[in-house]
Amino acid sequence: MRARKGLTACVRGFAVSWLALVSITLSVLTIVSISLIPLGIGVFSTPPLIRAVRAHANRRRLLAAAWSDVRIQLPYRPLPADRRSGITGQVELCTLLLKDPATWRDLLWLQVDMTAGYTIALLAFALMPYGLEGFVLAAGVWRPIVDASGTYWYAFLPIDSLTTALLAVPVGVGFIALGSVLSPVLLRGHFLLARSFLDPTPHMALEQRVRQLTETRHDAVDTSAAELRRIERDLHDGAQARLVAMGMSLGTVEALIEKDPAKARELLAAARTNSAEALTELRDLVRGIHPPVLAERGLGDAVRALALRMAVPVEVDVDLTGRPDEPVESAAYFAVSEVLTNAAKHAGASRMWLDVHHQDGMLRITVTDDGRGGAEITPEGGLSGVERRLGTFDGVLAVSSPAGGPTMVTMEIPCGLSAPNAAR
Amino acid sequence: MRVVVAEDLFLLRDGLVRMLEAYDFEVVAAVESGPELSKALAELEPEVAVVDVRLPPSFSDEGLQCALAARRARPGLPVLVLSQHVEQLYARELLADGSGGIGYLLKDRVFDADQFIDAVRRVAAGGTAMDPQVISQLLDRRAQDRPLARLTPRELEVMELMAEGRSNAAIASQLFVTERAVAKHTSNIFGKLGLPPSDDNNRRVLAVLAYLDRG
Repeated sequence: MRARKGLTACVRGFAVSWLALVSITLSVLTIVSISLIPLGIGVFSTPPLIRAVRAHANRRRLLAAAWSDVRIQLPYRPLPADRRSGITGQVELCTLLLKDPATWRDLLWLQVDMTAGYTIALLAFALMPYGLEGFVLAAGVWRPIVDASGTYWYAFLPIDSLTTALLAVPVGVGFIALGSVLSPVLLRGHFLLARSFLDPTPHMALEQRVRQLTETRHDAVDTSAAELRRIERDLHDGAQARLVAMGMSLGTVEALIEKDPAKARELLAAARTNSAEALTELRDLVRGIHPPVLAERGLGDAVRALALRMAVPVEVDVDLTGRPDEPVESAAYFAVSEVLTNAAKHAGASRMWLDVHHQDGMLRITVTDDGRGGAEITPEGGLSGVERRLGTFDGVLAVSSPAGGPTMVTMEIPCGLSAPNAAR
Repeated sequence: MRVVVAEDLFLLRDGLVRMLEAYDFEVVAAVESGPELSKALAELEPEVAVVDVRLPPSFSDEGLQCALAARRARPGLPVLVLSQHVEQLYARELLADGSGGIGYLLKDRVFDADQFIDAVRRVAAGGTAMDPQVISQLLDRRAQDRPLARLTPRELEVMELMAEGRSNAAIASQLFVTERAVAKHTSNIFGKLGLPPSDDNNRRVLAVLAYLDRG
């Protein structure tokens, strides 16, 4: 087991050490390109090169996570979407990229990667093959070498005869054993070194956080303003108008009740219909603001009730030991509602599965359907609305929807749960 | 007939009491919170209770929980639950013990005094009164199921009314047909759905709901 891990690390070390070549090339090209900026050419060659450097760094981030479980975050500032085109745009892009401190840290990393990083990766690779060399020497290869150029040093062992050549075997075994223990550690060391340059600095992380909070706050304010506008409109055109109509009918009834009782009765019936319809509209409105079951029972039963109302059968599995905070609960409910409705409407699903559970301070919701797939997050689509809504709570949404289905939408919101019986 | 009324809004509680008394019910208690309701149900032994789902102090589904608890203590205690919104989820919970004497209606139904009082009487007698909205939600959802698709439009109408808890006579008057015609429709429905025929009003509803619930 350990030997196999060592061997894997050895092969990976070999692979990573070759990437140093890319680092050297990119480093030279980028530095040349940047120094050519005063001449003008650099303005055009630098952005693609910086992008290539980023891609190169991102490959290392992926390898670090996959091979040594070292997580390296992205430090890059987002580029504005509305850049100008043409030469001015190019200059703007180049300036933006060069102003990003992450670009310079990437360049610094390239230097480290082609020296220290390379050495460590090579060492992670070399230990085991070097051990093998001991066997090869002992097998007889030592003789022609010694004949040709005298004493041959294998590590600390001077080989000049059969005895010393045979001694190479235990030394080789030692190296292989050392490699099987040390190679994974060295490989991890390589990635940790990369992380110290590629991970955002606390300052950059803070900057990222501020940017994200500004964005989500903006979204939250927008969403709630739009909601209020919708509620105002619904009340104005719906219940309010019906109550006015009702008041008018009743006024007329008052005038007619003696003169024309039949007509009065007719108007009374109309008033009652109006009041019933006003109630129905108010009920729907309330459901859209804060669903009654959510208030009464919490998220679990609210999504169960929701599932029962769907036209497509939904299998619900809820595992919650308490209730999340009310705003989170409400956001989660509407997210589920939107995703289920979306799936039923667009995916042509015949069955859906809803899974809600809470683990390690994270509320996880998965909606799966057997529809035709191909769902994606478009800027104007329902899913991006859900994403923005969840973003306010640092929640995220991921969609996996290959053409032909099935579609799986996963949402995660960090939150705690209150004690089960402390429901308000 | 002895009634307990639980409703937290004064105007509505007052209106309910007036209406019930106008139809010769004896309102033995009109309470406004969950604990008071539990006490009244346990001590006054009413023949029927009219209960709002949402009650203080928690303003969650306290009324529903009190009613369910009281029915566990006294199986078959007739309870008519009123709410601003109806949920299949709650309807299932109320019907789950299968002992009848259950009503679940939107508060709007109080507008039609005759129908509402009829529902209270039906529940008190051990039958059921389900809000048409619950039934139509169920039917909408199951309409694509095969056995239901075999019902004629008329039979579907009869089944909806039947599921609300109406008697054959009531269905007949509502649809302007004879009682015998309704009886024929119901036996057709039972046949098509593979349910054993039964005269018992309440068991009919349970059978229908149980069937709709399946799958």
